[in-house]
Amino acid sequence: MSIDLARFHQAFFEESFERMDAMEQGLLQLEGGADNAETINDIFRAAHSIKGGAATFGFAAVAGFTHHVETLLDSVRNGSRGVDKPLVALLLRASDQVRALLNAARDGGNADAALSLQLQAELQAALAGDTAAVVAAPACAAVVVTAAAATSGWRIVFKPHRDLFASGNDPLRILRGLGTLGELESELHFAADLPGFAEIDPQQCYLSWTLRLCGAATEAEVREMFAWVEDECDLSIAPLAAGPVESAEPVHVNVVPITAATPVAAAAVAAPAAKSRAPAESSIRVSIDKIDGLINLVGELVITQASLTQYTRGLDPLVHERLLASVQQLEHTARLLQESVMSTRMLPIDSVFSRFPRMVHDLATRLNKQVRLQTVGEATELDKSVIEKIGDPLTHLVRNCIDHGIELPAVRVAAGKPAQGTMTLTAAHQGGQIVIEVIDDGRGLSRQRILDKARANGLVISDNASDSEVWNLIFAPGFSTAAEVTDVSGRGVGMDVVRRNIESLGGEVELRSQEGEGTSVRIRLPLTLAIVDGMFVDVGGETFIVPLIGVVESLQPAPEQIRRIAGQGQVLRLRDEYIPVISARELYRVPGAAREACQSIAVIIEADGFKLALLVDDLIGQQQAVIKSLEAHFRRVFGVAGATILGDGRVALIIDVTEVVRTCGRSLAA
Amino acid sequence: MSNRILAVDDSTSMRQMVCFTLASAGFEVTEAEDGLVALEIARKQKFDLVLADVNMPNMDGFSLVRALRGLAEYKFTPMLMLTTESTTEKKLEGKAAGATGWLVKPFVPEQLISTIKRVLA
Repeated sequence: MSIDLARFHQAFFEESFERMDAMEQGLLQLEGGADNAETINDIFRAAHSIKGGAATFGFAAVAGFTHHVETLLDSVRNGSRGVDKPLVALLLRASDQVRALLNAARDGGNADAALSLQLQAELQAALAGDTAAVVAAPACAAVVVTAAAATSGWRIVFKPHRDLFASGNDPLRILRGLGTLGELESELHFAADLPGFAEIDPQQCYLSWTLRLCGAATEAEVREMFAWVEDECDLSIAPLAAGPVESAEPVHVNVVPITAATPVAAAAVAAPAAKSRAPAESSIRVSIDKIDGLINLVGELVITQASLTQYTRGLDPLVHERLLASVQQLEHTARLLQESVMSTRMLPIDSVFSRFPRMVHDLATRLNKQVRLQTVGEATELDKSVIEKIGDPLTHLVRNCIDHGIELPAVRVAAGKPAQGTMTLTAAHQGGQIVIEVIDDGRGLSRQRILDKARANGLVISDNASDSEVWNLIFAPGFSTAAEVTDVSGRGVGMDVVRRNIESLGGEVELRSQEGEGTSVRIRLPLTLAIVDGMFVDVGGETFIVPLIGVVESLQPAPEQIRRIAGQGQVLRLRDEYIPVISARELYRVPGAAREACQSIAVIIEADGFKLALLVDDLIGQQQAVIKSLEAHFRRVFGVAGATILGDGRVALIIDVTEVVRTCGRSLAA
Repeated sequence: MSNRILAVDDSTSMRQMVCFTLASAGFEVTEAEDGLVALEIARKQKFDLVLADVNMPNMDGFSLVRALRGLAEYKFTPMLMLTTESTTEKKLEGKAAGATGWLVKPFVPEQLISTIKRVLA
């Protein structure tokens, strides 16, 4: 696999110029007399980072020059050189040159090479003027070079220290590495003081090896394999031809000749055992059923506590002071208990986000597009059941975004945008909900194309429709404006499915777009499917709960706001909008005579962009309800999403807003 | 289940390069812009490998590795330092902090992948 580093160049330049700004600012502060270690550190870090990036992305001129700046700054940082005006002035001139080199690297031009050389000489002179010690550094490199004598192989005695595992190293890894250099034979030794099985500490390494590596590998190559552990082991490497060299193993009791494959297995037993043991100390795996059982019980507890609170409300606070205090304490503890139990089901959304970088990469490559994926708020936690169900709709949105949103590089450049498109995935908590956004800086939605397509599909829509009404059309089943159908998306199955999936989770989707600038899809979801924020309403003495997410507003209609339309029931006129009216009493067949609309409360509920006025007798209040599924015990009932148990022990039904609006609202409106 | 890697670097372009490279190789990558952020993330979820730059604001790579080694979950986790300093002194400082090994900048994506694959094999 080869990766084109050019895709990171833009980010590198942006970042480098930012760092140069910071560096200059810091230098100016130093000149102003602020001799602050943190400022010097920041300046050093800027140069250091530019040098590292430039070297990585292949801008040798930038890396080479910045190296000299960095070296001088390092001597300032470690205190071996003081700050004075000439130094700051020199560094400022040097930073101008870094900028010039960066510009040249970006635009493919040439910077003034003579100036670079002159400044380099000045930087070196500034350095040499104060310290002579630094000059010694390059000399070390020469020592390592050993005569790579032709040899048939190497005899290696490798005796890891007991605590080798504690640095995250694994002897097996090194053996495998050596195996790639030639033919490896290995002899495994146990430590002389190997304790009995019960006393073995799996976090310690009791093994050592005598290895014979046959092949043309040089000593440097062999040493390289041990580079990370050279201070954590006793190591001797000698040419094979040299015969029996000094044994680094004077005290082993148990010499077991083994073929190349077996010690690997033995080491594998030792190392992973040590690894898997550590996490067990701080976390355990519990079946989700157990947690759900716990959540259910806590739900019951909260309900009982609520009824207890209700019963004690009428008591005289003076007489029953201690009882009331205990009840209050119980309420507090129950709420904390509920929160912490719920949190055991919470997972970071990262588990969903993390599947996208690869997907974006693959898709973008296939479609010849350049897409950079940014994720924000990966650590945001939400309920496991929501996490499981959000993956598919999000995948759909991400695909859509790359396929339709982000333009081909040439188109983007022609539109004055960077060739590389940016797609951002964000997640955040917002007042008891989680908000996930998929944002791109692509071509945006075309209002005209959507209107044309809608009309072609026989939908009636006025030219003056608001943008959000137009964007809403995209969610209609079978709607696609893609000029051509690709194998990625554009078959018109999509956005309606996305919306349905999100709504089945009790969430909602909102689309915003600016033609030519990009699109943002915002998904709001409840944090959990086990609790709902609801508006409690009264219908003929029964309590119903309307999930708050579906409530727009509630009002008492005036008689002149209600119109009756022949054969179609009533509508409510609200600020130039006509909203179909439905009585909750009729809908749920609650016994008793229906009240007049103007004597009821109209709760305006919304789903799919359609509104409906639900008539109820009274508003009781707003509170959280623990959702109990009815479907485990009963047949699915139209318009009911679930039930909850009230403080007084009665059951209240939770209204399925989406289903009610979809069925009643549309049939009335049509 | 692919291996999870925590990549820590204060430079956006390096982070992008590292994350993209590793993600293309099929690893699950989480990024952090400095040691403090990384430590916070690592406390919440477990990673199979930590890859950290040395010179970063707020908390440098050495301190991060030292702090992580102190956590039971990260006692044996491979942690690699991304370093521009190839001097023995810096390497020793990294080892003393508890680093498993190092990768010297500049490196090309292929080097990064082969090193990581070797460690996570």
